[in-house]
Amino acid sequence: MTFDNWLPLLILLTSLLPGIVIFVLPEERVRWRTTLNMGGAILKLGLIGIMIWGVRHEHVYDFRMPILPNIELVLNADAMSVMMTALSGVLWFLTTLYAIAYLETSPQSRSRFFGFFSLCVSSTVGIALAGNLITFIMFYEMLTLTTYPLVVFRGTPESMRAGRIYIAYTFGGGAAFLIGVAWLKALVGSVAFTEGGMLAPYVGAYATQLRFIFFLMISGLGVKAALVPLHGWLPKAMVAPAPVSALLHAVAVVKAGAFGIVRVVYDVYGIEFSGELGLLQPLTAAAAFTIIYGSVRALFQDELKKRLAFSTVSQVSYIALGVGILGPIATIGGIVHLVNQGLMKITLFFCAGNFAETLGVHHISHMNGIGRRMPWTMAAFTLGSLGMIGVPPMAGFISKWYLGTGGLTAGKPWVIAILVASSLLNAAYFLPIIYRAWFREPAGSWSARPSIGALETHWMLLFPPLITALLALLAGLLADAPFSPLEWARLITAREYRP
Amino acid sequence: MTLPAWIVSLPLLAAVFTFVFPRIRIWAGIFTAIITPLMVVFLGREILAHGAIQMQVGGWQTPLGIQLYADGLSVAMLGITAIVIGCITFYARCYFTGDVSSRYFWPLWMFLWSALNALFLSGDIFNLYVTLELLGLSAVALVALSQTADALSAAMRYLLVSLTGSLSYLMGVALLYAANGTLSIKLLATTGAASPSIATAFALMAAGLIMKSALFPMHFWLPPAHANAPAPVSAVLSALVVKASFYILMRLWLVIFEPFINPSTAQLMGVLGAGAIIWGSVQALVAERLKLLVAYSTVAQIGYLFLIFPLSSITQSNHTAWQGGFYFVLSHACAKSAVFLAAGSVIYSFGHDRIKELHGIVRRMPVSMFAFALASVSLIGLPPSGGFIAKWLYLNAALTGGHWWWCVLIIIGSLLATAYVFRFFSRAFSYSPEVVEERPVPWIMEWTALGLALCALILGFIAPAVTTLLDAGNPF
Repeated sequence: MTFDNWLPLLILLTSLLPGIVIFVLPEERVRWRTTLNMGGAILKLGLIGIMIWGVRHEHVYDFRMPILPNIELVLNADAMSVMMTALSGVLWFLTTLYAIAYLETSPQSRSRFFGFFSLCVSSTVGIALAGNLITFIMFYEMLTLTTYPLVVFRGTPESMRAGRIYIAYTFGGGAAFLIGVAWLKALVGSVAFTEGGMLAPYVGAYATQLRFIFFLMISGLGVKAALVPLHGWLPKAMVAPAPVSALLHAVAVVKAGAFGIVRVVYDVYGIEFSGELGLLQPLTAAAAFTIIYGSVRALFQDELKKRLAFSTVSQVSYIALGVGILGPIATIGGIVHLVNQGLMKITLFFCAGNFAETLGVHHISHMNGIGRRMPWTMAAFTLGSLGMIGVPPMAGFISKWYLGTGGLTAGKPWVIAILVASSLLNAAYFLPIIYRAWFREPAGSWSARPSIGALETHWMLLFPPLITALLALLAGLLADAPFSPLEWARLITAREYRP
Repeated sequence: MTLPAWIVSLPLLAAVFTFVFPRIRIWAGIFTAIITPLMVVFLGREILAHGAIQMQVGGWQTPLGIQLYADGLSVAMLGITAIVIGCITFYARCYFTGDVSSRYFWPLWMFLWSALNALFLSGDIFNLYVTLELLGLSAVALVALSQTADALSAAMRYLLVSLTGSLSYLMGVALLYAANGTLSIKLLATTGAASPSIATAFALMAAGLIMKSALFPMHFWLPPAHANAPAPVSAVLSALVVKASFYILMRLWLVIFEPFINPSTAQLMGVLGAGAIIWGSVQALVAERLKLLVAYSTVAQIGYLFLIFPLSSITQSNHTAWQGGFYFVLSHACAKSAVFLAAGSVIYSFGHDRIKELHGIVRRMPVSMFAFALASVSLIGLPPSGGFIAKWLYLNAALTGGHWWWCVLIIIGSLLATAYVFRFFSRAFSYSPEVVEERPVPWIMEWTALGLALCALILGFIAPAVTTLLDAGNPF
């Protein structure tokens, strides 16, 4: 075992161990807790940096531990896992910062919050680094378990109800996924992720069974990815505290589902083989429907976080859409959206949290003139929503561009129609917010401008959305630069389609 | 090689000692709780190196003497017993505080341990009967230690069931002895032949043992007994005592009866197991008290154990099914004892365990609730945990043979388990500002529960080692 073997495990442990220690720390040890959290997050970023460099140079990082006869726990790094890991590493760092300030006055136990928060991120990293379906399942279920206490963190009847719905949906999905995996294992004996897929040789004997297994696995993953009609839990789960919603929508739960779909289609079935089996049409159809449905529902929400939640339902399906269209360009679009959507959506949720925490504003109808009171936050929000609409040069434009071109190249012009409709709807539910915030007269008691020199809110609440908004902008502006998300998505795609 | 004899006698000596010298009972108990696990470890090393061992106690040969027999399966059971009882001993030291019940608890506790160890080491069917009887009697007495009216009537019912079960088993023993002239399991395996008397013997023994392991619909005695006993006792009853009779049934099935029994018998056992999973889970879903919920969860989990019969009758996956079944026994032992101990701490602290009134206890006793949650992960069968490994092996066994309906059952059982566990947690996590009177729980009680829950978790990572141990000496 060399350093290269241990690196994936180390990255996992940088959040797992602090999480465990935080549980044991007494409530009042704030400084210890902060140090552990931030230390772990920074260490993780450093290790991820090493890994990014290594994977680009075709280094192999591979940790194996047998957990059953002929089944191993495998953590390894391919281009795709590095992307997810890096996304979660960066966003964890910022969200922790945000959460420390956000929960300063919470009556609930912060040890519990940060403990589960770290476990939640560890599960995300585990999902990203999982080298086979068994390992994936382990962390996938761990993610469900560790987010439950975060969703119900406030303990109000409303959040308990949301928690119950969340559990019912996700464990139902988890069960379907588990059966799919067990079946596949019994059928072909191997469940390792392989670039380019590994099931093509079995088509003759098991075509029907493989189709059924695909259906089971995708519907299991679709629950977390909030594919309609499996999305019901997501808008309810927004009762969670803002940092939790931010992480849930950007990188943790929803992304875990989307990432799982990418894995199953590309690294288990193989994109060409999925096409041969005729599995991609239903997937793209479900994704397209979800995109429109989510946007339409978002139009009618007055609660800001709810509107954002429905927007997530819609946006995450861009990933599934890109995945389901055969052809490298659409693949790039889907995969790059994993990162882009994460950056934009976390910005929006951070901002929503700031409005709620600083001014007590939860509803869009109360947001008149909020841009004058909190210009920086609102600027970040504006950037994020423009990105969602797909205005160049924001990151969202890159995703949509590649998805659209990919659809055309694959001979599916209807993809353009979906994208246009969705963008119009996005504009219809985001632009009014922006208009209200900047151009209407302030109405609330907070209408006074902040005094010159004073920050509009706590600096730890303000900087995270500014940074993520900036990153979302840069991901679009510098899309062609080395190590940009787009460039990395191209690398992944090149390896997936490698002959 | 006298290690097996010592593993049986040390707790027995401790039982006598704690009874005669009550003033040092706690220290004698803790001494035993530390030494016995060590001996089991040494025995395990011996068996991994040299295979199964046999021992004639006192040098008397087979027809007359007591024969002890140990293979990997026995050691695994001894080991899990040592871990569970060892941990609970520390818990019990704090739970029973200086009253009459403490005085009687220690001798009975050590006696129960001795009986369990003897049971797992017995090599002949009559000795198995004796140990079964001793086990039943000490268990009943321990339930009665609660001294409440409910506990006493539950203990009485438990006693009747236990005696009836043993008696039925004993008649089977008599029939086998009459037909084959030997009591040794080893010899019975070679001399047995298909005949009406062997079928009757099986029916009698199986009926007795099923009754004692509380398989649906013979589970009626279990929930009151397990829910009303003192917490350390509930833990050991659910974790080990019901498994002991299941273990005997397995042994007999594997060595003596499997070739002679109509395959539909295995399917019937599976159907009863399915009934247990559904019925137990549904009852747990509506239970109003936490310990009752946990007791019904035991009823459900016992159902999983009996799925081993239909699954192991699938030829290609015979071995996987056995491993899965015993993995279930091991992980359930850790998880269920942890859950009962945590529930016991709740009662210790609040004086009741009515689920509806347990708002926000996650805040008040985080360690116990964490233990409860972690153990529930294993009970539900979510990864990473021993329960997941067991379910995975089961699923694998069923799918390899194409018997997908057992998979559906296993998944439904898991979802029901999720539902009843989270019904409790949605109370436990809810926020209520009201101040409730509570008695501080000693840290040892909270942490022993967590320790056992961690064992269930660790079982999820060490399956290759454990399955190697289970296979040592070819018990399957």
